[in-house]
Amino acid sequence: MGTTGIIFKRELAAYFSTPLAYVFIVIFLVMNGIATFDLGGFYQRGQADLQPFFNFHPWLYLFMIPALAMGLWADERKTGTIELLLTLPIQLHEAVIGKFLAAWVLSGCALALTFPIWLTVNYLGDPDNGVILAAYIGSWLMAGGFLAIGSCMSALTRNAVIAFILTAAICFLFVVSGSAIVMNAFTGWAPQTLIDAIATLSFLTHFEAISRGVLDIRDLLFFAAVIAAWLLASAVVIEIKKAN
Amino acid sequence: MIEISHLTRKFEHFTAVDDLSFTVAEGEVLGFLGPNGAGKSTTMKIITGFLAPSSGTVRVDGHDITENPMAVKALIGYLPEGAPSYPDMTVLEFLDFIAEIRGFSGQEKSRRIEQVINDVALGSVCEQSIDTLSKGFKRRVGLAQAILHDPKVLILDEPTDGLDPNQKHQVRQLIRNLAKDKIVIVSTHILEEVSAVCTRAIIIANGRIVADGSPQELEARAPTAAGLTEAPSAPGRLEAFFRSITEQGAL
Ligand SMILES: Nc1ncnc2c1ncn2[C@@H]1O[C@H](COP(=O)(O)OP(=O)(O)O)[C@@H](O)[C@H]1O
Ligand SMILES: [Mg+2]
Repeated sequence: MGTTGIIFKRELAAYFSTPLAYVFIVIFLVMNGIATFDLGGFYQRGQADLQPFFNFHPWLYLFMIPALAMGLWADERKTGTIELLLTLPIQLHEAVIGKFLAAWVLSGCALALTFPIWLTVNYLGDPDNGVILAAYIGSWLMAGGFLAIGSCMSALTRNAVIAFILTAAICFLFVVSGSAIVMNAFTGWAPQTLIDAIATLSFLTHFEAISRGVLDIRDLLFFAAVIAAWLLASAVVIEIKKAN
Repeated sequence: MIEISHLTRKFEHFTAVDDLSFTVAEGEVLGFLGPNGAGKSTTMKIITGFLAPSSGTVRVDGHDITENPMAVKALIGYLPEGAPSYPDMTVLEFLDFIAEIRGFSGQEKSRRIEQVINDVALGSVCEQSIDTLSKGFKRRVGLAQAILHDPKVLILDEPTDGLDPNQKHQVRQLIRNLAKDKIVIVSTHILEEVSAVCTRAIIIANGRIVADGSPQELEARAPTAAGLTEAPSAPGRLEAFFRSITEQGAL
């Protein structure tokens, strides 16, 4: 197993050695249940799809993902283990990627455990399972984008709570930049290119495109680029801030 | 062999390590002495590749730390100040993680872990999570991870700080046993420790070397004016010398 894999394994085990992983999964499932069946009007809509379920994910991730990411680097700095970790014969990017992957796989597990909702919709009707699969992929990619932002924010501070707040704030900007409210505020006076640029950066726009069942390579690349860019930024921040 | 040449490290405008040059050869146990804030930890963080030097070079066994950090890191076992380790892991899980990162697997991995658990007497707490351990045990866990790969170079930042006298004695014993044909650098501000374990001592103040020699030589240089007429024990003389040169240095 490569070094990234060893770090990944340790980090994933660390999530499960505290209640964090279980609390995350349980709350994620409960919130999804409430959102889908109560708020989303799953039954009333009379449509066999999971739109209300997936529409809720950006907002759910907004406050759940920061909880997974906040400790990634802030805790290493707080306990001083960063000095241990980075004087072992490993490359910095291996640590950054290993930690990110552990958090991403955990969020993927939580997402996969929503399968009863998928079973329900298949029991009740005849949904397009291809669309649902695409939406699941899109949701997981979006979680990855949030987590990469969280990794970078966690590298900025030794205080996990501050990392949480910073992550939530930045993710919020990336979500709302494509929402109708923000778009309407710009239409009419701002040049179309600017509006397009803001919308292009939005997680919402790309996620909604994917969750309609259109697996456009550009939407997938968008999330891959977001993850890569924020992980790179994490490494840079760690390198600069580790002395303090 | 560790060769340190004109090593300088600045933080903002403050110079923590100031043009440090020295070499350490195999078999030497170098005591790195100095008051708090002298630059001991900063120097160690540079040698181990945690911090980059502002200028100057560090070579370990011929490998330059900035050019080939992986080779240097593989040669070094390091106990950072305060012996940090992952609190949620058990001792075994933690050592297993370190062993895997160090490239061991299978029987060799188990053998090494078993060996260090014996060496530092961790048998009774193997399955305990690290945050439930006493300070002395935590320190031993830190030592265990540092010696697991039988490193050529051992760098220990205040390994006995905060331990009770028995634990101090045990850790010193351990360092003496480990030292054979290794390079060991131990930082401390406890002078008796130097007489007890080191073959050589470097005293630094304000990031500069102010004395370098065997503990006996340094003791011999203690000024008689230090007023220690009635305390002629070896650590006492060393302390007198230490005070006389480091106080000059600081104002
Ligand atoms: N990250 C940092 N930023 C600013 N100053 C620092 C930093 N780390 C250490 N220093 C300063 O450098 C000096 C040397 O510190 P250190 O090497 O820890 O000393 P020692 O280990 O000898 O007690 C101290 O004055 C300390 O305040
Ligand atoms: Mg120190």
